[in-house]
Amino acid sequence: MILELIKQPWPWYISGLIIASIMVALLFFGKSFGFSSNLRTICSMMGAGKKVRFFDFNWKTQKWNLFFLVGAVIGGCIASTFLASNAPLNLSKSTIADLARLGIQFDGGLNPSQLFDFKSLASVKVISLLLFGGILVGFGSRYAGGCTSGHAISGLSNLQLPSLVAVIGFFIGGLIMTHLLFPILF
Amino acid sequence: MKFIKYIFTGIVFGIVMAKSEAMSWFRIQEMFRFQSFHMYGIIGTAVVFGVIAVFIIKKTGIKDLNGQPVKFQNKDKSWRKYIIGGTIFGLGWALTGACPGPIFVGIGYGYLGMAVVAIGALTGTYLYGVVKDKLPH
Repeated sequence: MILELIKQPWPWYISGLIIASIMVALLFFGKSFGFSSNLRTICSMMGAGKKVRFFDFNWKTQKWNLFFLVGAVIGGCIASTFLASNAPLNLSKSTIADLARLGIQFDGGLNPSQLFDFKSLASVKVISLLLFGGILVGFGSRYAGGCTSGHAISGLSNLQLPSLVAVIGFFIGGLIMTHLLFPILF
Repeated sequence: MKFIKYIFTGIVFGIVMAKSEAMSWFRIQEMFRFQSFHMYGIIGTAVVFGVIAVFIIKKTGIKDLNGQPVKFQNKDKSWRKYIIGGTIFGLGWALTGACPGPIFVGIGYGYLGMAVVAIGALTGTYLYGVVKDKLPH
């Protein structure tokens, strides 16, 4: 019974409540919720500190966050196996139509298979778009000093004006990409 | 063993990102096209509950697990790095449909393309470290 309920898509207010609880849990552990720091930690772990000062710090103090990352991977795996639902994603009809015009098919999944499936990685265009997008995410989150978790959740909850500026930036970038660059890229 | 609580919290994070579809590329597109309330609902409730929780923690002075006062990090006072860095991040968020957390949740979910995005994100972070001192902050 309960498992059947959990397998259904979760409503937004349950999601928001749990995300806030995760932030509070980490505060109680004496840490702070911010995922993108892990990217800097991994660079440092791989020895980037020998060449670039920004990565020359004791990454071991950030080990707890790497464990959080490992948990996130496991969580994704649990969701797609034990907690998967067969119902297609309830995406807005206008989004489906807009994307179809760009040649991106909605197939009911979380992500378009033409971009994220193993088979699509044979396309140079797909690989380049994913790599380029990833570079923007990594560069931008470090430049802004945080991502959605660090700024939109932790920062706004603590009424930090800089975080509001960062979130406004997230939206400026997202709107430019979606409305101006997608028609060129796709 | 002291790290098990972080793994557990991470698992909860991964499941909630997947089950509430916050890690969905399609949902992020819907958000940037203002065609559904879903993502705004998620971020909005998280912030409302977050503000209330932080307020209560500060008012009551509750201690953390180590008996220390709960630490809050104040962000550096500046605006350039937030607006420029934030915009660059937003471009990537819309293109890949994922911020750093969901990139890794997506890998666990079985989307191999997210591994490519992760390599990109590490490269981008490294590049920032290289050019950091030349950028306006």
